[in-house]
Amino acid sequence: MRVLMFGWEFPPHISGGLGTASYGLTRGMSTLSDVDVLFVVPRAYGDEDQTAIRLIGAGDIPITRKRLDIESFRKKFDYLEVASHLIPYMDPKEYEKIHSREEAGNKRFLHIDEEGRIVFSGEYGPGLLDEIANYALVAGIIGRDEEFDLIHAHDWLAYPAGIAAKMASGKPLIIHVHATDFDRSGGSVNPDVYAIEKRGMEAADRIIAVSNLTRSIVIEKYGIPPEKVVTVYNAVEPLEDHKPMGLRKGVDDKIVTFLGRITMQKGPEYFIEAAFRVLKKMRNVRFIMAGSGDLMEKMILRAAQLRITDRFHFTGFLKGDDVFDMLRMSDLYIMPSVSEPFGISPLEAMQSNVPVIISRQSGVAEILTYAIKVDFWDIDAIADSIYGLLNYPALSTMFKKYGKIEVDNLRWDESARQVRDVYYDVLNQGKS
Amino acid sequence: MKTICLFFQVHQPFRLRRFRFFDIGNDQYYYDDYLNESVVRKVANHCYLPANEIILDLIKKHQGKFKVSFSISGMALEQFELYAPEVLESFRKLAQTGQVEFLAETWAHSLASLKDREEFEMQVKMHAERIKTLFGQEPTAFRNTEHIYSDEIGAMVADMGYRVMLTEGAKHVLGWKSPNFLYANAINPKLKVLLRNFKLSDDIAFRFSNKSWNEWPLTADKFVSWINTIPPREEVLNLFMDYETFGEHQWADTGIFEFLRALPAIVFDKSTYQFSTPSEIAEKLYVVSAIHVPYPISWADEERDLTAWLGNPLQEEAFNKLYSLKDKIRNLDDPGLKKDWYYLQNSDHFYYMCTKFFSDGSVHSYFNPYNSPYDAFINYMNVLSDFMIRLNAALPSTSEEKELARLYQMVREKDEVIKKYEEKIRMGARKPASRKPAQKKVSSRKKEGTGTTRKPSGKKTGEKSASDVRKKSGKKAPTTGKSSGTRKKSSK
Repeated sequence: MRVLMFGWEFPPHISGGLGTASYGLTRGMSTLSDVDVLFVVPRAYGDEDQTAIRLIGAGDIPITRKRLDIESFRKKFDYLEVASHLIPYMDPKEYEKIHSREEAGNKRFLHIDEEGRIVFSGEYGPGLLDEIANYALVAGIIGRDEEFDLIHAHDWLAYPAGIAAKMASGKPLIIHVHATDFDRSGGSVNPDVYAIEKRGMEAADRIIAVSNLTRSIVIEKYGIPPEKVVTVYNAVEPLEDHKPMGLRKGVDDKIVTFLGRITMQKGPEYFIEAAFRVLKKMRNVRFIMAGSGDLMEKMILRAAQLRITDRFHFTGFLKGDDVFDMLRMSDLYIMPSVSEPFGISPLEAMQSNVPVIISRQSGVAEILTYAIKVDFWDIDAIADSIYGLLNYPALSTMFKKYGKIEVDNLRWDESARQVRDVYYDVLNQGKS
Repeated sequence: MKTICLFFQVHQPFRLRRFRFFDIGNDQYYYDDYLNESVVRKVANHCYLPANEIILDLIKKHQGKFKVSFSISGMALEQFELYAPEVLESFRKLAQTGQVEFLAETWAHSLASLKDREEFEMQVKMHAERIKTLFGQEPTAFRNTEHIYSDEIGAMVADMGYRVMLTEGAKHVLGWKSPNFLYANAINPKLKVLLRNFKLSDDIAFRFSNKSWNEWPLTADKFVSWINTIPPREEVLNLFMDYETFGEHQWADTGIFEFLRALPAIVFDKSTYQFSTPSEIAEKLYVVSAIHVPYPISWADEERDLTAWLGNPLQEEAFNKLYSLKDKIRNLDDPGLKKDWYYLQNSDHFYYMCTKFFSDGSVHSYFNPYNSPYDAFINYMNVLSDFMIRLNAALPSTSEEKELARLYQMVREKDEVIKKYEEKIRMGARKPASRKPAQKKVSSRKKEGTGTTRKPSGKKTGEKSASDVRKKSGKKAPTTGKSSGTRKKSSK
């Protein structure tokens, strides 16, 4: 079976969980002999790991030889204004770019190079909605030209591409919900993104959600019939051999780490408040907030206000190996997310033998047993869990030992097998 | 003679309240009164009161032929006194019939038998005395917490003068043997051992209302037809269960009370069985053999071992931390701390920390106040940390004595400072700004100086103010009181 898959990013050019998850899934699928994946991203850089799949960039597909039906797609999307919270993942570099590019205004023309290819940035900039529309346009062409049995689109940025390919080919469409705008926005949903998401879900023949939490959002908030939505949990890539650390722990204190985008979705303020409570009772502990995001300044102010900045540190955005080093230095990892469709990062922490506290409002909480689960808003419970894990060693010893085993059993090939079952189910349904 | 031994466990733990780490050292009350009271009230109304009434009726009706036995934990007795005295009264009525035997157990429903003989014996004694005062019986039969038993525990119980002990008819201990005989302890054969027939006990306790069970519905007739198939040489049928089976685990609308009400008459009509209490059985029947139990067994979970309470590192840690305090407790004469010491030993606290998520998770969650075993562990350890602080304060060892003395001194000093400031405020109020500002400045500084000198004990005033000045000026200052005055000026 040949699958045409649409994503938005692919390692190493990623800025969040979406790229990691798509990559892991395709890696898992490469172990299946009966599934062949053609993965499309807006822009291929050429240095992606293509051992598992064939990757093409939409920007490499010439469109000159087709009559372009640009208008129909542009009409649907080009009225969108880019609001900052619409952008799912952002690092400081991109943040800068957005500020500087806003001045340029919205130019509405199609960039085509001399060979008739659309130029994609593949990033989350202000031209995002144009790019989505263009991506869908090219997807329609790919849909006509390529041979495949079904279409699989990852997250809202790729839904229009999936729909276009479905319209062009008549093949069944599966969409994979890694997050919804309800998770990203903390409730104040952008109606235009919601419309794109809902349209994708309605056009899909089957929807894969990354957790039951996400599945119920799809059913309840988007009005999708429950029988159309299945849950397939994410997994985690086995830990590669990692060189001794570049960063070194210079203090004897215990280190409690928050690692992620500092945005409302991740609940950074609950981490600070819990840290404040713990610091009132014990001193030999330091709290690290690693990452960046639109709430960072506010968080620094809050930490200063609570007078804990001698024990509460901000690292800014961490890249590559620094992330692993940060994890290895940590005595405790905490993910107090307000709404987390899945959450791979606690699994990565557990791989590094770090005990984790996760919010009950996360998909990963549905499958982990060797983790402390708390409601994100229950600051006292978070503080108590931090204190307990740092002061009663039996707990962290147990988590390190069994958590590692538990996380090693969450394998992408298992997720891939479940996705394949969904494929067969959809294909058989089409026949009958 | 063929006989049935009906035994019921009655136990309610003192569940802990949510005790956060910031309560450590600040709060000394550990129990969730509201939860405990509502559970006890609920179970009293659903189970204890109606079941006791039925049993009382049955005893009267069958005139000396129907007999039952109970083990009521000290924790349950205390909570009945607090929240449901009428339950105690109804047990007393049962005791007065003479057909009901009350067994001894550990006062705190504790796991002390596994850790400390002295503590164990003391708790058993406490419980036996309480049973005597409440029900007028001196217990001769013994039942350990959750039917925990081993050869050694049995020998310990025998040494205390008990003649019979109840435990589980665990498969891995019995092998091909039947639980329906009277056995004896392998070390001290004077102690008879009764083994629970878990198949027939659990048919009532667990499966009674299970509609997917192929024997559902279970009637007294059907049950008696089963016990009639037991070979005639097997003389004793031990039916041991939680008393909460009646009306709580199995709700009244399942027909469990009707079953209980009908059972004795049908047993007498359709079988040759009688009812006896454990001590009677120990008296009347012959021992067939010794039972070898080298490792402790219990009646809990599939494994019938200790893993429900001591099966993971969290439980071990909490258990060992708790019993590391036992020597200190022995020298203690503080009723409040003693009480907490017993309440904290309750086996349920450890049961809540069990991480056998899958096989027996549902039983573990019954009346469980915690979301997860980790939650249970952290809360318990927070309470235990506070308890240790209080214990150390009450019984300081040498190094701690010093620390404590230091703290007391600090409190005294602070009191003095406060007194000083209060005086100052009063003086300030009495003498408003009539003085010249320059003068006022000097006087206030003087006072501050003398205020701080109180802190270190042996030092003299002059020296202290000199060192104060040294800090301010950042230079090395001479230590004489005289020159310190000049330094003061220069540092200003």
